[in-house]
Amino acid sequence: MKPFAYERPDDAQGAVATVSADPDAAFLAGGTNLVDHLRLGLATPSTLVDVTGLTSTEITDAPDGGLSIGAGVRNADLAADERVRARYPVLAQAMLAGASGQLRNMATTGGNLLQRTRCAYFQDLTTPCNKRQPGSGCSALEGWARHHAVLGATHEPADVACVATHPSDMAVALAVLDAQVRVLGAEGERSIPLSTLHRLPGGEPSRDTVLAHGELVTAVDLPPSPIAARSTYYKVRDRASFAFALVSVAAAIEVVGDTITDARLALGGVAHKPWRATAAEEALVGAPPTDDTFRAAARAELVDARPVESPRGGTAFKLPLVTAAVTAALRGLAGGEEHA
Amino acid sequence: MADTGYLSGVHADLSLTVDGRRHELTVDTRTTVLDALREHLDITSAKKGCDHGQCGACTVLLDGRRTLSCLSLAVAHDGSEVTTADGLGADGALHPLQEAFLAHDAYQCGYCTPGQICSAVGMLEEAAAGHPSVVTSDLGADLTAGVDLDRTEIAERMSGNLCRCGAYAHIVDAVDEVAHREVAR
Ligand SMILES: Cc1cc2nc3c(=O)[nH]c(=O)nc-3n(C[C@H](O)[C@H](O)[C@H](O)COP(=O)(O)OP(=O)(O)OC[C@H]3O[C@@H](n4cnc5c(N)ncnc54)[C@H](O)[C@@H]3O)c2cc1C
Ligand code: SF4
Ligand code: FES
Ligand code: FES
Repeated sequence: MKPFAYERPDDAQGAVATVSADPDAAFLAGGTNLVDHLRLGLATPSTLVDVTGLTSTEITDAPDGGLSIGAGVRNADLAADERVRARYPVLAQAMLAGASGQLRNMATTGGNLLQRTRCAYFQDLTTPCNKRQPGSGCSALEGWARHHAVLGATHEPADVACVATHPSDMAVALAVLDAQVRVLGAEGERSIPLSTLHRLPGGEPSRDTVLAHGELVTAVDLPPSPIAARSTYYKVRDRASFAFALVSVAAAIEVVGDTITDARLALGGVAHKPWRATAAEEALVGAPPTDDTFRAAARAELVDARPVESPRGGTAFKLPLVTAAVTAALRGLAGGEEHA
Repeated sequence: MADTGYLSGVHADLSLTVDGRRHELTVDTRTTVLDALREHLDITSAKKGCDHGQCGACTVLLDGRRTLSCLSLAVAHDGSEVTTADGLGADGALHPLQEAFLAHDAYQCGYCTPGQICSAVGMLEEAAAGHPSVVTSDLGADLTAGVDLDRTEIAERMSGNLCRCGAYAHIVDAVDEVAHREVAR
């Protein structure tokens, strides 16, 4: 691990000023992603700026009827909040489906969003990886691709290819809830839709998000969302608990009589960012809440899907898995069950 | 700032109260709470399994909450209170969970055990405080009176602690006994 100085500025502005001015400085929150990456030699900051005491650790009622979540709120506390559980069940379920009890006690809202989009090769310094070392190639294309993308990835040219996925469960729920992310930069505060925070690899896979170096997430705002009262998170993984998603679905629907009148859908484990499934949403609205509708909606979203076809196992298995998971999640909601 | 050579590093002074005893120490900023305990203070009950957050062997209570000491930098926890499995019992007596692990044979090699027990202590407090898990049947319910823990709840909430010996069934038995003893109390 490279040596680093440790700083705890007096306030968020001070933290932003320090990191903005120093390309080798980094924010430290719960440390569950960053400390691991320091140890792997993947992150090599010369200064760590601890922001755990500098952003809000409160969840507050917003004037518009929504909720505002401080970036310092621990994942466990967000999941346990009564208002989140009752009004945004998809978010509580997604939080609780992620990581472990210990990790959720440590991880923060800001850190969860800003954890690296990654894959096993990204974390192995002995292998080529365009995200870690631009231009070196993508090991996943010929390697063990299982947690990798089927949507929005860059397969060629070889020197910018990247098929990694963003691992956050929380972010998939926030995408379906139309959350806004408040960001403090050297020039002041701005608010951006969660669905535009993370980016697709395009020709620049080293960048996970649209944030500039030194921009600090200070809060996440949830708008009021009556439809979210009936929402769910459905996660498919390799073991029953404590595993990253192969595929996950965050969903909310409103059914009046025999017709779906409104639908929100986002997918995890399929792309470099939480994937808001707008084509599927369009296919759902106006249709009857049947398995045929749900499957057709999933297929509409997958029209442009391109799995990784690796000799050591690719991601083609995710196409039927997405369809099955979307169907299961929506069937549970349409049936009025609490859990899909 | 100090010399930033890989060997010399940057140093920081801090204090940690471990199992009720306060220690002042000077550590390289790269030192985790786990290494501060084991390498600096010779307190070895927290174990290093993976050093990557994946196994739970290093679980301690940090300011009362179960935490992975391998991913916690010591400098970031200056002034904190750490409880390891060593410090759970009062006055040399075993903690009820330690007794239950003995009674139920909830280990084989014992390497994961201190982490399992610290995790279980933290987990029971979380459930009593109304923290749900992903298998809690009604997430929207009023949980202020605490969540009742059946075996599925216990297994889910303990899933951050791996046991390579596979003592899981007995671990759930041990935690189950204490969970229901505490509720009955
Ligand atoms: C074994 C293991 C299993 C896991 N399983 C899951 C899982 O199943 N599902 C899941 O969703 N996650 C999982 N995770 C990931 C975990 O959720 C993240 O590591 C955690 O949420 C990161 O939060 P943190 O506060 O610890 O961030 P840190 O590690 O402190 O920081 C992460 C990154 O975010 C930056 N950062 C932190 N705070 C801010 C801020 N306010 N503004 C701007 N940048 C910031 C840091 O500079 C750093 O680059 C797992 C992690 C581990 C170790
Ligand atoms: S998928 Fe992306 S992160 Fe993984 S090896 Fe390829 S370039 Fe690197
Ligand atoms: S040693 Fe900390 S989780 Fe494995
Ligand atoms: S008892 Fe051997 S690892 Fe759990």
